[in-house]
Formats: sequence, structure tokens, C-alpha cells
Amino acid sequence: MSGHPGGILAAYQHVDSAAEAIRRLKSQGYNDLIVYTPVPNAEIAQAVGHKTSSVRLWTLFGGLLGCASGFALTLWMSYDWPLVVGGKPVGSTVPYVVIAFELMILFGAGATILGLLFNSWRTRQRGAYDGRFSDDQIGIFVPCPVERRPAVEEMLRSSGAVEVRVET
Amino acid sequence: MATVVEPEQQKAAQPTYHEITRDIVATLGRPSRAYFMLLAFVLVVLAVGVFALLWQVRWGLGVAGYTPPVLWGVYITTFVFWVGIAHSGTLISAILYLFRSAWRTSVYRTAEVMTVFAVLTAGLFPLIHVGRIWYAYWLFPYPNQRQLWVNFKSPLLWDVFAVSTYLTVSTLFLIVGLVPDVAAVREKATGWRRKLYEITSLGWRGTDQQWRHYVRAYLYLAALATPLVLSVHSVVSWDFAMAIVPGWHATIFAPYFVAGAIYSGVAMVVTLLVPLRKVFKVERYITVDHFENLAKLLLLTGMIVAYAYVVEYFMAWYSGNPFERDSFFNRAFGDYWWATWTMITCNGLLPFLLFFRKIRRSIPALFVLSLFVNLGMWFERFVIIVVSLSHEYNPYAMGHYTPSWVEWSILAGSFAWFFLWFLLFAKNFPMVSITEVKEIIPMPRRGRRES
Repeated sequence: MSGHPGGILAAYQHVDSAAEAIRRLKSQGYNDLIVYTPVPNAEIAQAVGHKTSSVRLWTLFGGLLGCASGFALTLWMSYDWPLVVGGKPVGSTVPYVVIAFELMILFGAGATILGLLFNSWRTRQRGAYDGRFSDDQIGIFVPCPVERRPAVEEMLRSSGAVEVRVET
Repeated sequence: MATVVEPEQQKAAQPTYHEITRDIVATLGRPSRAYFMLLAFVLVVLAVGVFALLWQVRWGLGVAGYTPPVLWGVYITTFVFWVGIAHSGTLISAILYLFRSAWRTSVYRTAEVMTVFAVLTAGLFPLIHVGRIWYAYWLFPYPNQRQLWVNFKSPLLWDVFAVSTYLTVSTLFLIVGLVPDVAAVREKATGWRRKLYEITSLGWRGTDQQWRHYVRAYLYLAALATPLVLSVHSVVSWDFAMAIVPGWHATIFAPYFVAGAIYSGVAMVVTLLVPLRKVFKVERYITVDHFENLAKLLLLTGMIVAYAYVVEYFMAWYSGNPFERDSFFNRAFGDYWWATWTMITCNGLLPFLLFFRKIRRSIPALFVLSLFVNLGMWFERFVIIVVSLSHEYNPYAMGHYTPSWVEWSILAGSFAWFFLWFLLFAKNFPMVSITEVKEIIPMPRRGRRES
């Protein structure tokens, strides 16, 4: 058992050929294809047409939570164990800005990582893979039923794929 | 900042994606005899440091050279030194990333690794300094039977939060950057290394969805790391500036320390890169142009540091404060004049040589200069901390501090600790970013010469 749905796996050497193939596949309704690239590429991302990742919201909420936690932690602990120095406030917000700032960064970064892991897991794609796609080639995996495979194979070849193979 | 290279010349020199993977994966092969010898030397020095630390743990802080009023000595000096070293890593990996500076791609991994291990080293010193290291957890707020909390108004506690945040965030940033590279290495590796890379690549395949989230996450991590790096050494400087010791109590401290930190960090990057590119044979990726750009960074930050030195003396004179004036006179002509003049020569004068293009583009000259800057920056912290404390207000309370063999051994051990991690990392993970080096080379297009 391969653990992924059957389909066609194609390898490309040229980014514009791969982008063209993606556009053609999408226009024919193959929306669940997987594109592998060794580096992030704007042309491919545009052809695939994803919305901006929601990781940014994780960063925002993590940062806000960290900042609020920093002030809450310092103020609560100051009043819970008061260090009374004549004429000075027990809970003094100005020095606590430093703690709140550091926790904002810490929680923001932590939330970004969690957001990255969660979103990558939520949008995980199961399909055939080849080690060359992390080296120098672009891969496209098109899950499709057996009867459509010859047409997809032909289309991928005609768009400049250097290798096309059927994955069962 | 980036050096202009003619497009045709650039294209001819550009490696292909496959060559990049091949060349960088080749650096991870079986270590040479020289590597093991270096590792053995580092372990011996580390053993000396550990012995000295255990000696101090057994007999107490009395074995350090502390003499009232100097109760902050080599340990705090070395703490500030290593935190400073850490700074250029984030500058190169995060700040230059946000500026879309293409030259950083070949050198940023080394700088980032240096950052993580330098903070890891720095973090040991406050613990060594307080003596009873087994109570280190008292630094953090935790529920306890005495029902008390830490004092958040103390800059020393700000430091705990700043340094631990810095270590965490810079480690996360390093790991995130490594994941696609480890996946590329995974495909070429065999045996136990393949197992290692399969686990540490976290299932990375470079799918469109993975890149979509990754690119955003990396951008935001860089955006968070940028203010963090500026805050950390500012907070470290406030350990001193918040106290009313002459020579410490100045508003210039935060920018002065941040510039000094980046300066020392860039110098350490040069110190590490020169042997690394030779040993790993990555001269094709880390070129003289990269060194020239690093030299320009050294020149810029060196001039800021030199300016800060001049302004410090100006402020001492202009303030009209006799204690401040006396403190600075003592720095230049007192017992520790040699430390002050070492600092001024190494950090304030030598970097002006970098105005000469020939020196900026000479790798041996840069290497020697970087060693001087490392030395000078350690002495800068020594002068600020020890010399200021030894000469405060009351002449009857002034004193002289000489570090003991225990402190020197622990200082040497800290270098060994740093290099141990660095060496282990360098042979197991790519020290030049495969993904980012590829990223600056356009992907081949149909109709053009295949790369």
C-alpha cells in the first residue's frame, strides 16, 4: 500500500512549464493537485492560487496574549507580594513594559510556530513524492481515477514535463 | 549593501540547484582527522573549565578573585560578551532578511547557529556568577511555599526574561530555517544520518501548502526577532545604566551596547567563516564579496562604537560631575589603563583600516582584524564593569580586582563549550542554507539556457 490516492506524478525542470501545467489542470477542475518545489516560488504560488496563510492571525493573537500576560503577571505578583518602598507604587507599569514586551515576542513567536504546525497539518496533502523535488525539480501530483489518467498524462507531457509516471 | 556584480558575470558564476545541494551535502560527510583533533582539544579545554566550575561549587565564590567593591568581574563581563556575540546572527538572519538583502543567504546560517550557541553560553554565566547554581530556578517566578514573587522592577529580572526569550526565539528561528534544508539532505543521506534527517525534517516535502504557511511564518518570525535583538542588549545595558555607579549611569548605554554587540558578533562571524569556508570547501558560496559586506558592517558598527567612546568622555567632562570625570580619568590613566587602551585600539582605531578596499577584500587581514575586535570587545565589557566598580565615590572604598585562575579557566571553558556545539552542528547540519542560496538564483525557464 502506498498510503496515498492513485494518480499521475510529473517532474518539471522549468518553472514556467510547471506553472502553465498547473493553470491548465486547474481550469479542467483538478483542484486537489499537489505541487512540490525545492524553494518557494511566486509564479507557482500564483498559479496554484492559495489565499494568504492564516499563520499571521496566530502571530497577532500570540503577541497580544503575550503582552497582556506580561502586564497581568507582573501586576498580580506585585500586589500578591507587595514590596513597599516609600512613595512608590507597588505595581509600577513602566518597568513592567520590558516584561510585557519580551513576553509579547515570546508568545508571538511560539504562536507562529504553532500556527505553522497546525496549518500545515490541517492542509496536509497526501500524494506520491520523489526526492528530486527537494533538489532541483518541480513536481506535480494529480490524483485522478484510472479512466482519466491517459488524458492527464498526455496533457502533462505536452506542457513540458521531463518525466511522467503513474502512481497507484 | 550588496556588491554590484555584472549580470553576465553573475550568470556564469551561478551554480545550479543540483550543484548547490551536492556541494553543501558534501560538507556533512565523514569528519576528517583534523576535525577529531580539534574536537579533542576543545573537550580538553572544556574539561579544565568544568573542573574550575566544580572547584568553585565545592569551595564557594571565595575562589573567584572578587574583592570589594568589585563583586561583578569576569563572569558578568563574559556574560555580556557572549550575549553581544549572539547579536549579529539575528541581524544577518532577520533584519537583513526583512531588507531583502540577497548576500546574507550564504552566511546567515553560520551567524544564526553562532547566535544560538552564544546565548546558550551566555546564559550559563549569571548562574556561575551567583555561586549556588542549584538555586538558579529562583530567578524565575514560580509558586512557592514562602508565597513570594520576584521583583519585576529589577533590571536583573528583565534580563532573565530578555535572555531566555532570545534563546527560545533564536532557536525556533534556526529550526524553522533548517527544516527545508534537512529535507533536501535527507534525500541524499544513508544509514543513521538518514534516520536523523527523517525525524528532524518533520515530514517536510516542499508542497505548495507547506510553502504557503512557511513563507508567512518565517516572515513573522523575522519581524518578531528584529525588535527582540534590539531589546535584548538594551536590557543588558540597563543592568548597568539603571545603577548610579559613575561610568554606568548614562542614557547612551542602550544604543551603545546594541552597536557594540553587533560589532562583536560580526567579528565573530568573520572569525568562524574564514576557516569554515576553507575546511568545507564552500568558497564558491562564501566569496570575497560576502566578506567585504561583513567588513562594511564592521566598519559601520565600529564607527558607532568609536563615536560612543568619544561621547562617553565628552559627557563625563561636560556633566561637570566630579565623580564621573574621575571615573573616566581613572579608566584612561588608572590601574587598568592597559585594558582601556586595548579596548580603544582594537575597537575604536583598528576598524578605520576598513576604509581601505584592499583590506576589506583581504580575507587574512579581516581574520586578524576580527580577532582583535573580539579581544577588544571583551575588554570593553571588562572596562565598563570592573573598572567602573573599582573606582566609585569614596576613595576609602575603592579597590583592585584581579581575576583568579578559576575565572580564567571558566572563561576558556566557555569558548570550548561554544566551539563544541558549533563543531558538532557543523558536521551534522548544513552550515550554508541550501534553500536560501537556491532562492536567490532564478528557477530555470523554458527557452533559456538550462542551468
